[in-house]
Amino acid sequence: MDYIKAFVVGGIICVIGQILIDKTKLTSARILVLFVVLGCILGGLGIYQPLVDFAGAGASVPLPGFGNLLAKGVKQEIDQSGALGILTGGFKASAAGISAAIVSAFIMSLIFDPKEK
Amino acid sequence: MDKQKQQEYQKMVERASPNSPIFADCLRAFLVGGIICTIGQCIMNFCLSMGADMENASTYTSVILVVAASILTGLGWYGKLGKFAGAGSIVPITGFSNSVTSPAVEFKKEGYVLGVGAKIFLIAGPVILYGVISSMLVGIVYYFVR
Amino acid sequence: MAVHIGKQSVKFDLCAVVTATASTVGTKEGEGPLKEYFDVVLKDNLAGKDSWEKAESEIARQNISLAIKKAGLKNEDVDYIITGDLLNQCCGSTFGIRDMGIPYFGVFGACSTMGEAMALGALLVDGGGAKRVVAAASSHFCSAEKQFRFPLELGTQRPQTATWTVTGDGAAVLERKGKGPKITGITTGKIVDMGITDGNNMGAAMAPAAADLIERHLKDFGVAPDYYDVIATGDLGYVGRSLVCEMLEQKGITLGDRYIDCGIEIFDRETQDTHSGGSGCACSAVTFAGMLYSKLKSGEINRLLFIPTGALMSPTSLGQGESIAGIAHGVVIENVR
Repeated sequence: MDYIKAFVVGGIICVIGQILIDKTKLTSARILVLFVVLGCILGGLGIYQPLVDFAGAGASVPLPGFGNLLAKGVKQEIDQSGALGILTGGFKASAAGISAAIVSAFIMSLIFDPKEK
Repeated sequence: MDKQKQQEYQKMVERASPNSPIFADCLRAFLVGGIICTIGQCIMNFCLSMGADMENASTYTSVILVVAASILTGLGWYGKLGKFAGAGSIVPITGFSNSVTSPAVEFKKEGYVLGVGAKIFLIAGPVILYGVISSMLVGIVYYFVR
Repeated sequence: MAVHIGKQSVKFDLCAVVTATASTVGTKEGEGPLKEYFDVVLKDNLAGKDSWEKAESEIARQNISLAIKKAGLKNEDVDYIITGDLLNQCCGSTFGIRDMGIPYFGVFGACSTMGEAMALGALLVDGGGAKRVVAAASSHFCSAEKQFRFPLELGTQRPQTATWTVTGDGAAVLERKGKGPKITGITTGKIVDMGITDGNNMGAAMAPAAADLIERHLKDFGVAPDYYDVIATGDLGYVGRSLVCEMLEQKGITLGDRYIDCGIEIFDRETQDTHSGGSGCACSAVTFAGMLYSKLKSGEINRLLFIPTGALMSPTSLGQGESIAGIAHGVVIENVR
């Protein structure tokens, strides 16, 4: 059952992105920024977490889930270490994802040459 | 006068320009986006069954998807998937990974410092910047209202 | 001597003869409808080099050398090379010809560069400033995407209005004496900007310039469209071509079937997934050097109005919210006794 929920919710979030691309001519870079920021705000308001609880990876794998993670991290850090958490929370929560992305990108750049489309 | 001419021309261009096939685009985005999330769920369930807690399972899932998408980008397959799936492969975290690896590989010919090093953040940079700023705004509000 | 006629045109007296052309294209163009007209179809779009930019220079080098050879000339017989491309500071061209030892005018007219190069070459030959000139232009899909859009491997979809940059180089040898079709006149375009800001709809950005040029040309030379066997714009694609027809219809000018667009001719949009058509400096350059020149030689076309079109912009200007300005240059090539 959780697979079906992940499939449907994840799919719907992507369809929202697709409609934005086709209708507003937003570039993919802007879509990425928009979705992370939106996820962070929704997460801050406590609206996104219930969706993650319901759909699991269907809500945490799309980029709003990444934004939600940032909001969650900030809140946790503030609870633990006070005002300093405002500065550290976002980076702490997203550290694993960002480090994995840039390190593996760097390794790929060592291995592969640019390819044609 | 000129403004009016431009507006008239803009209308003419809109009539002459074919639209993207939005229904087919959305269907493909739904399928591919859904499949990527389902794979994510498989990884997450596996991590949970290995005894990870929810938070760690979720982080492992992100990391595994990010590395997988990075390798597919290096191999030249993720770009082809993106052409087919559109937002279906942009919106999941794998799309973020693709946006980091693709400039890293593309700009390696300009060297490892200002080529790979600088361009790796071509698209990821704005995402991290605005993600962190919005998290700080959330944090400031939370700090005062909690 | 040449005479300036009308507002923007020159009619030549000692018409430069197009004695030879050469075209080198990439793999995708070599699978397209015009494949049989090209001299060289690359097997590898890197042309044996290790970057797209170096590949573009290599293609320019090989193709310009081939044009000189096909005209039966040596490098030292050529008085000037006039060429350009889309890369920053025209590096595609300059590194391509740096070892040739031929005086060089670098030109930039975006995708209209071939028209600009041929017009300036014809002026030089007619004015007695040169006996032999090579006019050329090049572009490369991968270097253009990298410079103007996003890395190639970024998984994005191209909108239906987008065009596909042609990989290749087209070159023409213009001589004072010799056999072949002649450049009898030129009409130099002015910049026309109708406020289009969509970088994925270049055809729409350039169409007003092309329509303006065609109207101006017909007035300056006092001819009707049916004077020409073929009127060929550079890289407007399906979107731009239909806009040119519509704008000219409004002014009472009907071009009909004689009006073709190189961007439409070069690819098969059904099977090659090129959406609105081909674009880039090489689009008009290789279509002229390949198909159009070959039809001029065979007599299938006797009067050609060749109009390479260009979109004047840079990633910086687009980023600053500037619109995309269009330009078009008309070159008349005729079989005359």
